[in-house]
Amino acid sequence: MQAYIARRLLALMPTLFLASLIVFVTVRLVPGSVIDLMLAQNDISADKYSREQLVATLGLDKPMWEQYGGWIGGILLHADFGRSLWHNTPVGELLAARLPVTFELGLMALVVALTVAIPIGTYSAMRQDTAGDYIGRSFSILMLAVPSFWMGTMVMVFPSIWWGWSPEVKFVTFRESPLQNLSQMILPAIILGTSLSAVTMRLTRTMMLEVLRQDYIRTAWAKGLTEKLVVSRHALRNALIPVVTLVGLQAELLIGGAVIMEQIFVIPGMGLLLLDAVNQRDYPVITGVFLIVGVVVMVINLLVDLSYGLLDPKVRYR
Amino acid sequence: MATIAEPLAKRRSAHPAVRFLGRLFREKPLGAIGGVVFLAFLFVGVFADLLAPYGANHINPINRLKPPSWAFPFGTDNLGRDILSRCIYGAQLSVIIGFCAAGLATLISVVIGIVTGYLGGKVDLITQRFVDAWQSFPVLIVLIVAVSVVGPGMPQIIVTLGLLLGIAGSRIIRSAVVSVRENMYVHAAQSIGASTPRILVRHILPNVLPPIIVLFTTRVGVVIVTESALSFLGLGVPPPAPTWGGMLSGSGRAFMFHGPWLALAPGLCLTIVVYATNMFGDALRDLFDPRMRGSR
Repeated sequence: MQAYIARRLLALMPTLFLASLIVFVTVRLVPGSVIDLMLAQNDISADKYSREQLVATLGLDKPMWEQYGGWIGGILLHADFGRSLWHNTPVGELLAARLPVTFELGLMALVVALTVAIPIGTYSAMRQDTAGDYIGRSFSILMLAVPSFWMGTMVMVFPSIWWGWSPEVKFVTFRESPLQNLSQMILPAIILGTSLSAVTMRLTRTMMLEVLRQDYIRTAWAKGLTEKLVVSRHALRNALIPVVTLVGLQAELLIGGAVIMEQIFVIPGMGLLLLDAVNQRDYPVITGVFLIVGVVVMVINLLVDLSYGLLDPKVRYR
Repeated sequence: MATIAEPLAKRRSAHPAVRFLGRLFREKPLGAIGGVVFLAFLFVGVFADLLAPYGANHINPINRLKPPSWAFPFGTDNLGRDILSRCIYGAQLSVIIGFCAAGLATLISVVIGIVTGYLGGKVDLITQRFVDAWQSFPVLIVLIVAVSVVGPGMPQIIVTLGLLLGIAGSRIIRSAVVSVRENMYVHAAQSIGASTPRILVRHILPNVLPPIIVLFTTRVGVVIVTESALSFLGLGVPPPAPTWGGMLSGSGRAFMFHGPWLALAPGLCLTIVVYATNMFGDALRDLFDPRMRGSR
């Protein structure tokens, strides 16, 4: 097991290296115009820095490989992502403040998605081609098509018109007031979660249909087990393994969706940080967020692969 | 007698495309409806200039924030612009972006997928590592960063979306190529000394056409919804272009509380088009690829 983890982590290295290179080169693809844009758009930096100073601050005067070495070295050795060009705070600090918020939103959305998808998907499979099955499936296909930003917009607009109710705009952290924080997060989490649940629901149903036709399920029935036991102990456990893979694949959708939800509900997470940084062309922040998001997605996928061992006794890591 | 035999003979010699359409309507009615809606969307997009009752940016201060009526079926916005007309021109933008970006994405997927899938070996390994790294980033985040570098605008959106989805989709084509590669006719072509480009174009390409068509169809939906998300975030096609996503954000947002119809029409257009594209793409996949059938 340890050897497997070590090998997986080692295999992550080239991917991470390539990823960091992509980030680095993308942002520096048009260095001249970046400086021009900064001078034109950021009055503050135009006051503070001259053109040459700006180039020096961004480190663009050095050769490309040296820039990359310095940048990646800073991150690896002392978690130094550079400083924000706009407020001069270390990017690492900004990331540390924003990451937990997005993580909380994503986790809540995932919980919503699974609590919606797995019971309905299971029910759909158990009662295949009944009215309930059709309703569940139609709902899931519809949720696939409704864009989450439209849903979020409607949730902001219509309750406010009908009942004069609107979500709190001033964000409260979990530490300050857990209850208020959760009540703020629950709406975006539900919207994000239901939009993700559609695919999970369809996969749960397909896998359950397949598993319910297996011999060991017939054996379980023949032993006289109740439906509850057959489904929960014998069928679901086997049907859920591909579903877990899907959750790993959805990590990137979860983070992408979180950006939109943070924008609509004014939640100060990574997404809002990124959008603000993009509007201000704050490149150290952009690269920092980009890299962290990539690492998070890779780690989630690694954890997903490791969780197979807990779910499926047939899987052995070598 | 001839009058009876004639239509029969005609039916038997029907073009494969016609037979395919028949199957689509018989076996996948919902997918066929999706296809019809998809065509209608294409029609509206192409003939937007003839269909829209007003101009997309025809400002009319007298008719500000008018609720839906006969003159303005979807109402008007805070500048008095007709929302129906804006939605129709929005369809035009979605058609252009959707087809161009999905086309570019499919082209890139096909080139990468066919070459790496057929050649295998080191080229394949290195490319796959690159695709891995590329895929570990959320599409929306990469797009936001890319737009921050190249700036907002339609050509930039089309190229970045095409490139991004193209690299990600190359996996699907590659796996199709890998299974086609080992067929007897490919070995036969190799043994008579056909050149690699010839094998790729004449033998591999026609046989991976079904996944290519499915990939393109589903990509159109993905592109449309991603572009509207970007425009919604203010990073897509800049205003006053009437993109569906852009209509839901920006200056109009503050007025939605006085005119909730502002929030309805663009979202509805998006949902219907994406729903139709999904159903159509699913139906095509089921008909083209019998192995996928049953995994509804």
